[in-house]
Amino acid sequence: MMEATETQSHSRVKSFLADQLRNIAPVFTLLALVTFFTIASPTFFSVVNFMNILSQISITAIIAVGLTYVILTSEIDLSVAAIANAVGITIAYFTLQPDYVNIANIPLPGVVAIILTLLTALCFGLVTAFGVTWIGIPSFIMTLAMMQIANGVSALLVRGQIAYSYPDLITTLGSGSIFGIRWTIIVAIIFLLGGHLVLTYTRFGRYIYMTGGNREAAEYSGVNVKLIIGSVMVISAMCAGIAGMLAVAYFGSAQQNQFDSYLLDAIAAVVVGGTSLFGGRGGIGNTIIGLLVLGVLNNGLDHIQIDSFLKILIRGLILLSALIINVYAQNLKERTA
Amino acid sequence: MSDDSQGRGVKTPLLALTNVSKSFGGIAALRDVDFSLLAGEVHGLVGENGAGKSTTMKIIAGVYPDFEGEMQVDGKKVNFRSARDALAAGIGMVHQELSVIPDLTVAENVFLGNQPTKLGGVIDWARINSEAKKLISSLGLDIDPRTRMGTLPVGLQQLVELSRVLFSGARIIILDEPTSALSPPEVKRLFGVLRKIKAEGRGIVFISHFLDDVLEVSDRVTIFRNGQKVATETTAGLTKDAVISHMIGRGSKDMHMGESAELESDDSKPIALAADGVGDGQTLQDISLSLRSGEITGVYGFMGCGQIELARALFGKGKLRTGRLMLDGKPHSFRSTSAARAAGIAFVPENRRMMLFRTEPVYKNISIAILDHIHRFLLKPSRERSIADSHAKDLQIKPPKTDMTLGQLSGGNQQKVALAKWLTHLPKVLILSEPTRGMDVGAKEDVIRIVKNLRDKGVAILVLSTEPETILTLADRVSVLRKGRVAKEFSRGTLHKADLLAAA
Repeated sequence: MMEATETQSHSRVKSFLADQLRNIAPVFTLLALVTFFTIASPTFFSVVNFMNILSQISITAIIAVGLTYVILTSEIDLSVAAIANAVGITIAYFTLQPDYVNIANIPLPGVVAIILTLLTALCFGLVTAFGVTWIGIPSFIMTLAMMQIANGVSALLVRGQIAYSYPDLITTLGSGSIFGIRWTIIVAIIFLLGGHLVLTYTRFGRYIYMTGGNREAAEYSGVNVKLIIGSVMVISAMCAGIAGMLAVAYFGSAQQNQFDSYLLDAIAAVVVGGTSLFGGRGGIGNTIIGLLVLGVLNNGLDHIQIDSFLKILIRGLILLSALIINVYAQNLKERTA
Repeated sequence: MSDDSQGRGVKTPLLALTNVSKSFGGIAALRDVDFSLLAGEVHGLVGENGAGKSTTMKIIAGVYPDFEGEMQVDGKKVNFRSARDALAAGIGMVHQELSVIPDLTVAENVFLGNQPTKLGGVIDWARINSEAKKLISSLGLDIDPRTRMGTLPVGLQQLVELSRVLFSGARIIILDEPTSALSPPEVKRLFGVLRKIKAEGRGIVFISHFLDDVLEVSDRVTIFRNGQKVATETTAGLTKDAVISHMIGRGSKDMHMGESAELESDDSKPIALAADGVGDGQTLQDISLSLRSGEITGVYGFMGCGQIELARALFGKGKLRTGRLMLDGKPHSFRSTSAARAAGIAFVPENRRMMLFRTEPVYKNISIAILDHIHRFLLKPSRERSIADSHAKDLQIKPPKTDMTLGQLSGGNQQKVALAKWLTHLPKVLILSEPTRGMDVGAKEDVIRIVKNLRDKGVAILVLSTEPETILTLADRVSVLRKGRVAKEFSRGTLHKADLLAAA
């Protein structure tokens, strides 16, 4: 009896640690990186640079919110960057461009343009949702196709040209600031907060976790699994679309293949943060840490003297170690539970 | 070889087990079993689930290398360390679940893993196809060896697998439930093939629940009960009743609970859910059932008889091709499990993993099915916890800590959690697949009490099981499924276990 309770409490401690490994590891990584860059570079640790980092990760953050939902259900969305690109181009397509831009576009009033563009993003999401749930195409392949389709839409709309004008609201949110804080940061914070509240405090959020944790069990408990998965695909496309609209204003131009790096960045942020690739564990809190790790890493590497080609390799290695911890934490959890 | 098969008794058996015992974790699965297989015989092996048939077969096939007692092949003592050793000694097995590869051709399946090659490792296709053709036609079958396996009916796939076993040189062939998926003409064809094989001097062990089939094809029958061999008899003059009474030990001191039951069905009770000639185009055919409120309907049948498919079809998983479902007298079709749940149907599958979240706390496991009743939009975890706590108390879930991770509970307690999901808002219809399988006695009794309690509250309950005891303990009326059809219905009077076994 004694032995039994002892092993039980022992296993509970182990189970707790196994559960928390995915949350603890990213925080330590972040602290280690901040410490390292603070020592290595005199210009790194400052309020101005901190705001820089936030602004650099703000667009990725909006995409990562939707992607967190997708990965929590143990699906994947590889089309986010392409959809961001296509939707960013769409908003420009519906806006009057300067004379020197040679695009046969359709200028519309700002509000109409924004609504139409949001509908475009919605359509992308609905097509993905349809393919994944109704037809039953694995999301990995379906979103790969959507990536190509979104890239095709981008190409058709701008035909190799670059657009520069957007509705005022988008220009303000994308490139303006208020009280010295960039609007993109504020929008990102709203998305992260909203995303967190929905995941943690709503029925929909619980269904997402349960679907990711054990899809079969969710289905046999009477959860409409297809509806949940379809919804997260739509949410992901909407987040990517809105991020894309702000991003074209953030960078001041809309052109093809502009946001390709967002795909890897957003996936990396979610996974480095500790959200399980197998679904059911993690959340927006993890994604925030993941975003900060990536942001600090990218920004910090610019502050120290380092071969710029080596930077790419370093990011790859950080991502690999995050993946190892991610899978290891999952195995640990399975064993102790 | 074939000369040996003419005589019997004095000849050395192909295979002999003497005083074989095997236990798992201190629990005896086999005790002092003697068994012999002669050249040129089909030897039937029967017994209830857990009687020791499959343990015996796994010992023979080398899957369990450590056991007590002795095994001889051709009169020589053997010690198999793996299934590979057994294969090398000429022992081949065809499992109930066929191990064919549907996307390869018949010939490729026959030569799987041992394709003849030409110089340089190139596969000799001409030889594969011609030899496969020869082999298959020697069984009296006419199949083009280049046909894709998946396009053949199950009966032919099974014969192709059998020819693979024969090709590997097996002289001792073990068939596990070979007729469970076959139609009557296919059974007949299989028996023709078996007679051919045994005439070549090989020995066949024929394991089956289908006693009629066993009696038709075997020369001798060995009957197991509770890990012991009860009898080996020549089939001539053996009746089905005699076999059944050996299997369940009727009239002996082994009589125990769950041997028989008084059925008390009441046709005046309202029908909650009725299946009217439903079929799924594959396993299920023309099944009609009426589940009445306040009554437990039992569905008994052997493994693979269609229970699993039936349970899923009633819960909106799996498509129905024919027939219709009537809920409260109105036609209804469930396009998803969530539609079925919304209509008041609840389901606990046979495998707990299928409906529980091992890494989530107990209370989330319980509340998942009722979230929409508790909250419209925002979660109220305290409410979930208090509901879960009260279930944990009622159902005596131990330990009664609902924030514990589910995986830390014992199997029986997990099963109670699976039931607890559906108890907050009583469903109209509760479908339970194998509700007490693999549980210890205490947990079993708890579950039985809970289920009967629910019946008394007016829930229409469907219990599907391959264990006659479960059905006899719980059911008020019983339907017996056989190969996807309702073979027999019992609604009143005394029902004996033997009746169930005879009907299935």
